[in-house]
Amino acid sequence: MSYGLRSFLPKNDMINILLLAVLIMVIFPLSMDIFRLNLVGKYLSYAFVALGLALCWGYGGILSLGQGVFFGLGGYCMAMFLKLEASSPENTAIQSTPGIPDFMDWNQLTALPWFWEPFHSLGFTMIAIIAVPVIFAFIVSVAMFKRRVGGVYFAIITQAIAAILTILIIGQQGYTGGVNGITDLRTLNGWDIRTDEAKYVLYFLCCTLLIGSVLLAQFVRKSKLGRLLVAMRDKEDRVRFSGYDVSNFKIFIFCLAAALSALGGAMFTLQVGFMSPSFVGIVPSIEMVIFCAVGGRLSLLGAVYGTLLVNWTKTVFSESFPELWLFGLGALFIGVVLAFPNGLAGVYSTYIEPRLSKWFKDLRSMRPPMASSTADTRS
Amino acid sequence: MFAEYTASELTSIFAMQGFAGLILFSVFVLMALGLAIIFGQMGVINMAHGEFMILGAYITYLTSNVFSEYAQPLFGGYFFVAMLLAFIATFALGALVEWAMIRHLYKRPLDTLLATWGLSLILQQLYRTVFGPREVGVTLPDWLMGSYPLSDMIEIPINGIFVMCITLVISVGVYLWMYRSRWGGQVRAVVQNREMAGAVGINTEKVDRITFALGCGIAGVAGSAFTMVGSTGPTSGQLYIVDTFLVVVFGGASSLLGTIASAFTISQAQSTMEFFLSGSMAKVLTLLVVVGILMLRPQGLFALKIRH
Amino acid sequence: MTATTMGKDFVLSVEGLTVSFDGFKAVNDLSFYVDENEIRVIIGPNGAGKTTVLDLICGRTRATDGSIKFRGKELTKMKEHQIVHAGVGRKFQTPSIYEDLTVFENLEISFPRGRNVFGALMFKRDQEVIDKVHEIAELIFLKDDLNKQAALLSHGQKQWLEIGMLLIQDPELLMLDEPVAGMSVAERKQTAELLNKITKNRSVIVIEHDMQFVADIANRVTVLHQGKVLSEGSMDKVQNDPKVKEVYLGH
Repeated sequence: MSYGLRSFLPKNDMINILLLAVLIMVIFPLSMDIFRLNLVGKYLSYAFVALGLALCWGYGGILSLGQGVFFGLGGYCMAMFLKLEASSPENTAIQSTPGIPDFMDWNQLTALPWFWEPFHSLGFTMIAIIAVPVIFAFIVSVAMFKRRVGGVYFAIITQAIAAILTILIIGQQGYTGGVNGITDLRTLNGWDIRTDEAKYVLYFLCCTLLIGSVLLAQFVRKSKLGRLLVAMRDKEDRVRFSGYDVSNFKIFIFCLAAALSALGGAMFTLQVGFMSPSFVGIVPSIEMVIFCAVGGRLSLLGAVYGTLLVNWTKTVFSESFPELWLFGLGALFIGVVLAFPNGLAGVYSTYIEPRLSKWFKDLRSMRPPMASSTADTRS
Repeated sequence: MFAEYTASELTSIFAMQGFAGLILFSVFVLMALGLAIIFGQMGVINMAHGEFMILGAYITYLTSNVFSEYAQPLFGGYFFVAMLLAFIATFALGALVEWAMIRHLYKRPLDTLLATWGLSLILQQLYRTVFGPREVGVTLPDWLMGSYPLSDMIEIPINGIFVMCITLVISVGVYLWMYRSRWGGQVRAVVQNREMAGAVGINTEKVDRITFALGCGIAGVAGSAFTMVGSTGPTSGQLYIVDTFLVVVFGGASSLLGTIASAFTISQAQSTMEFFLSGSMAKVLTLLVVVGILMLRPQGLFALKIRH
Repeated sequence: MTATTMGKDFVLSVEGLTVSFDGFKAVNDLSFYVDENEIRVIIGPNGAGKTTVLDLICGRTRATDGSIKFRGKELTKMKEHQIVHAGVGRKFQTPSIYEDLTVFENLEISFPRGRNVFGALMFKRDQEVIDKVHEIAELIFLKDDLNKQAALLSHGQKQWLEIGMLLIQDPELLMLDEPVAGMSVAERKQTAELLNKITKNRSVIVIEHDMQFVADIANRVTVLHQGKVLSEGSMDKVQNDPKVKEVYLGH
């Protein structure tokens, strides 16, 4: 067992994950007001997507330009439940059909559509948040990977799917809330999610789920499946002729990435209080790829830091020089691909880490007794 | 669904929608031709292709303004000058981009996709800064305005016919260049076996650069033609990029004929459905069918069975 | 000939195998049989369809017509990984290894356990795996390089590693596509030794151009030309066949 644990979570990785947990769960809450913290919570919900992309794209070599679809499906499932709770007959008494969401009433719907009905149940919603996107991802990936479609074709098809879903959501506004999305969400089983207190609780929930997801991703990465993904990215045929059904592994990792994205989407809805098609389409989907690329496509923690950094920069830029942001983002895409294909994690491991370890060494050689005592307690 | 229309009304509906489809077809073909060369021949995904097209459109807009300001008598012919300028500008930009960016990424197609997406964001913002966020349109010369009555119920706009003619000329030109010229032979040689082509004395770097630039140049001409039937905004290019990629993939990436056939199928399906369904649903259905077919037949409509 | 063919159980029987690419028949009505514990070498000029035959047997290319039976199982209907599970291993022409992984990990991935998604997630590097990897590494001259990244190996070492990756699967039929291509003379000798060691208790099909190497290892030789069997038999018989001489030396 101890061997298993060590192989899954080497000391270095454990320290790094702990540092991340301390940063987001102690330092951020202590140093920010709830408005800023809520913003960080929103960024962290994107980090789930980036984490999935690190597995799927970084390790598996499968670039999906449609992760917004899964983020959106998860987010919409959550939003549908919250919207139904906010649309009780008492709350919506002034509508011509009370008891249905306001946008349905505006679009002359007189009854709740059948696919909205099950979202009255919180239990169903919790399952649907993961199940709906995963089933969808499963169908898409089975169709594609069983026929050996991959690479740029897969990227283009996923992008087309993101486009289709966006157009569909915007077009069917009576069923989906259209371009505005599902807004004015209030309570979760009677608990008001708009108060500061609720925002703190949701922030910590989001952090906990994220750290849990990082651990899950770490488990996958360190398992033989993780090494198989790397092997497949390099020599797919060799893996196939070593007796593996390659498509199954791709389907698995794509579905896992979809599930992580969906979880992020649901956390987004809870913390931000709405969901709209602007988080589903081509543009947000490809931006989520850059979060992962900036952090370093092969680094799980890099995905989280990359997401935080890009979004924080975006917020700063858009507050002060909105017109510069797109230039910056464009340059980021080009720069990270041409100059830093391994992102922040690559910069860290080639430039910073060697210096740090040298620095630690110097420190130890300067004060040998203390260094040896810490070494003892560690081992 | 058809009950409330008479037979002749239905004929003219289909004729008019068919014609609207033909204009869409022309736009698709013009955009897809450039992409088919770059993606089909070189395997490079250029997400900024739409922005190259829009550059052509903006250049046409500028040219039309210059002509109406300083050369009013020649206004009727400004379009041909604009098309040439659009080609030169996008060709030059394409060559620059290939040199600065694409050539470093030939072995990493997915990264090319991301880098060119970055380029497209920069170009979009550049257009927004220079030309403003609103859409602009060109003034058509008199001879392109009005329409040509085919029967008492069917009228065909002249600018539409003009765009179709341009499409035809460019398509034939591309075909001759790819399959009949020595240069096209070199491009295909490089695509099939880079080392061998290099060994027999083809300058593969130059072939890559010019092929990419030419694809961009065709996009510029497409943008120029696009101004005849639609207005231009900073993000107009992005609207078409997914459709165009689907057109190219659906046609079987390396076949020009396939590209044209698939552009025809998709545009006709979409515009015919648009009459009976809302525009967005027509698009959703069309794209769904295309994606569905691609899932069943990933090699596209026209593809050779090749040994891998 | 026919009497023995019918009476015996072959490891592999290929009958009437045909594959065409857009009308071009790369393999045309090909039949041959491989015995238990036989080392069969396939030779032939470029474009004779040698690699395509291996592709067809291991399922990489689908046959247009004909049958491939391995221990009574029809391979033409099976998927690649099922063919591997049935006991057929194949080495590619250019060394096909995972450059980003270590030698140990390369061999470990090929170890025949945990081959489905769940199995791969729960796979544990236990003593059995470690022992087996060490055993194979010793055999393929790489026991001192287990923790080296595979990309850093020499060309010849990569070829050996791929052979090792097949051995760890313990296939009953081993197919090697030009195993000594690009190797130095010393490496060739070592490889011949290696092949002689590993071919005990299994049948092997080798594609090779190096005639000295072929003469060293082959039990029987099949000469392919334009997708068909031109000649078959012992090395001596084949070398003295006038048809073979014409194809190789003619014009």
